[in-house]
Amino acid sequence: MPTAMEIYKLLPKKNCGECKFPTCLAFAMQLANLKVALEACPYVSPEAKATLEESGAPPIRLVTFGAGESAAKTGDETQLFRHDKTFYHPTVLGLVLDCAQGLEKVKAGLDDVKGLAFERVGQQVRVDSVAVRQSGATADVFAEAAEAACSQALPVVLMSEDAKAMAGAAAKCKTRPLLYKATPANIDVMVEVAKSSGCPLVIGGAPNLDELGQLAEKAKKAGVQDIVLEPSVASAAELLQNMTTIRRAAIRKKHRPLGYPTIAVLGSSESDRLRAALGVMKYSSIVLMDDLPREFVYPLMALRQNIFTDPQVPIQVKPGLYTVGEPTEKSPVMFTTNFSLTYFTVRADIEKSKMPAWLLVVDTEGQSVMTAFAAGKLTPESVAKALETEKVKEKSKRNEIVIPGMVSRMSGKLNELTEMKVTVGSRESSGIPKMMRTLSQ
Amino acid sequence: MGFDGAKETFPGRIKEVAIGAMSEQGGTRGKRVVVGGSNGLPFHKWESEMPHMPAVAMDVVDTERMVPDVLLGTLGALAKEPVEWARKCQEWGADMLVLKLASANPEEENRPVEACEALVKEVLKSVQLPLLVYGCGSEEKDAKLMEAVSNAGKGERLFLGLAEEKAYKSITAAAMANGHGVVAFSNLDINLAKQINILLLDFGMKPENILMDPLMAPLGMGLEYSYSVIERLRTGALVGDPVLQVPIICDCSCAWTVPEVLEEAPQKGPQLPRGVHWESITAEAAIVAGADVVILRHPETVARVKAAAAELAGGA
Repeated sequence: MPTAMEIYKLLPKKNCGECKFPTCLAFAMQLANLKVALEACPYVSPEAKATLEESGAPPIRLVTFGAGESAAKTGDETQLFRHDKTFYHPTVLGLVLDCAQGLEKVKAGLDDVKGLAFERVGQQVRVDSVAVRQSGATADVFAEAAEAACSQALPVVLMSEDAKAMAGAAAKCKTRPLLYKATPANIDVMVEVAKSSGCPLVIGGAPNLDELGQLAEKAKKAGVQDIVLEPSVASAAELLQNMTTIRRAAIRKKHRPLGYPTIAVLGSSESDRLRAALGVMKYSSIVLMDDLPREFVYPLMALRQNIFTDPQVPIQVKPGLYTVGEPTEKSPVMFTTNFSLTYFTVRADIEKSKMPAWLLVVDTEGQSVMTAFAAGKLTPESVAKALETEKVKEKSKRNEIVIPGMVSRMSGKLNELTEMKVTVGSRESSGIPKMMRTLSQ
Repeated sequence: MGFDGAKETFPGRIKEVAIGAMSEQGGTRGKRVVVGGSNGLPFHKWESEMPHMPAVAMDVVDTERMVPDVLLGTLGALAKEPVEWARKCQEWGADMLVLKLASANPEEENRPVEACEALVKEVLKSVQLPLLVYGCGSEEKDAKLMEAVSNAGKGERLFLGLAEEKAYKSITAAAMANGHGVVAFSNLDINLAKQINILLLDFGMKPENILMDPLMAPLGMGLEYSYSVIERLRTGALVGDPVLQVPIICDCSCAWTVPEVLEEAPQKGPQLPRGVHWESITAEAAIVAGADVVILRHPETVARVKAAAAELAGGA
């Protein structure tokens, strides 16, 4: 946002008071703090209005492609480091299907992509985009492949540098595909395709970031607003430098020509996989790859989930009664909180003991044991309630609950509320295997 | 509309720390590894100096108990032979070794101090690489163990671990007695990381004898916490906090404890390659955030992470 003085310079300086503020300067200060809207001033000139709206826009434009619920949102980031606030829009991961392989292969590939969906820590994760590359195929084959791709509930990227073929393919798609790409050689015609189809456009092929920004400006002046930038990502070093420089320019300097989401198109080598992971960490809004074997894409999606977790909102697991191994009526019952890291640590440590157990996960709004206890979100009452809701007494007949050593203070009250024997477990999760061996069988 | 990709520079610099001693330094190692020394964000070579690549260490555990089934194919025959395992790590291209004396644990094998000491001597004799030696985590046992290890490795500039806030005095004293370094461990918290460094410095440890381990949580198991703690430690050091200007060591072998690696789940891809990716991505996140040393377990990960670091540094 511009400062109050920068805004003031653009106001009519009449001090008419019609905006309900005594002076234009007072109004400018309210505007700078986003307390009022510019519309409150009846005399502001159209030029000033355009300038102010421009400077009030987010530093990186939000660009959406695809349609409906599966539409991919990219850009609109505000940070260089996730710990400063959060990263908002997880890197869109997509598989490239090549028309040179033939239409049947492309169609089979579409099914493969749909199969790359998993549930991880209670969230649905998937490969969330598919790209169709023309390669040597005819415009008709490309258009047919595009149509098949766009009929799926997945955002689509159309890849061709031939504007005519691109126009034909885009015409077959009703789901607003991302057009890849305009280069210095074809930008004028490609911009026309983007304009007439109303699709967002990738701009790339520039020898450096300055010229990439100039191309983006050119497209914008010609009427294309939704732009995605493709800097060179030929090596991991280039990817890191270019993506970092673009993100910094957009956020720190409000450099508009680079204020767009970014894309990295990669192959299938080990180096490509490194760059894909790097792209997730370092500012690539979209990563497309030629090959996404499960043993790689699954950990890659775990990385994406980790990096795009809001540091202010812990990942939670669903409260409830979980089994570790195959517990019976004789197996012990333990509890922990629904902060995912706590849950997974405790679970892993119980597994280490190689003894089956019931693990009750109590809802603490995602806080760890000590934090939740201190904040009153983990109380004997909340534990007793969870025990009852999950009908724990029916599952284990031991009539005993093992509680984290950190909250030994709740034992008396918990015993009173549940009439169960309360056993104080280890203070640290790592002590669980040893502690479990001491439990009576 | 000319665009100038402004460079960012910082007043601070990570200290250089040398691990291992060659004959010039009074030891018998075939090489010494220097880490740290950078005055910028990791791999930001266009705007800062990065004199040393992140070092790749491999761990050797002295008990099969710590080797998961999925790695038995790779390490199975070695899991009973730590000296042979250590030799293999040298072949696999490790820059240094971390010998974890887990079997000393009184709750487990309770191997006597003398046996562990003999193992350290044997490893030093059989392998040329700089060596870090970790205790078993039992405070009482480690106090005696680390004293013996320190004497066994006299002159070799070992790094002993782990010094923790509640148990740092005996291990640090053991290290100081023979000119070794220590690994300062803290639990995923920038203030705790700072605290243990201060304790060590107040105790008389020289800053060039400290590596800090802020706890690397593996991919999918809280990696984001470690990633952000490392980034914050690194930027804290660069903006000028001298207590944080210590190289960071991240134990990424923790990837082999993740349930998603230890489970057979064909829909997530074949198990071993999935595990290697899991460890590689964990390590890549560590070096991109600011780790100066990563500890790895699988030989393929070693090759991959070295190639990744070289490419990030612009060498490939």
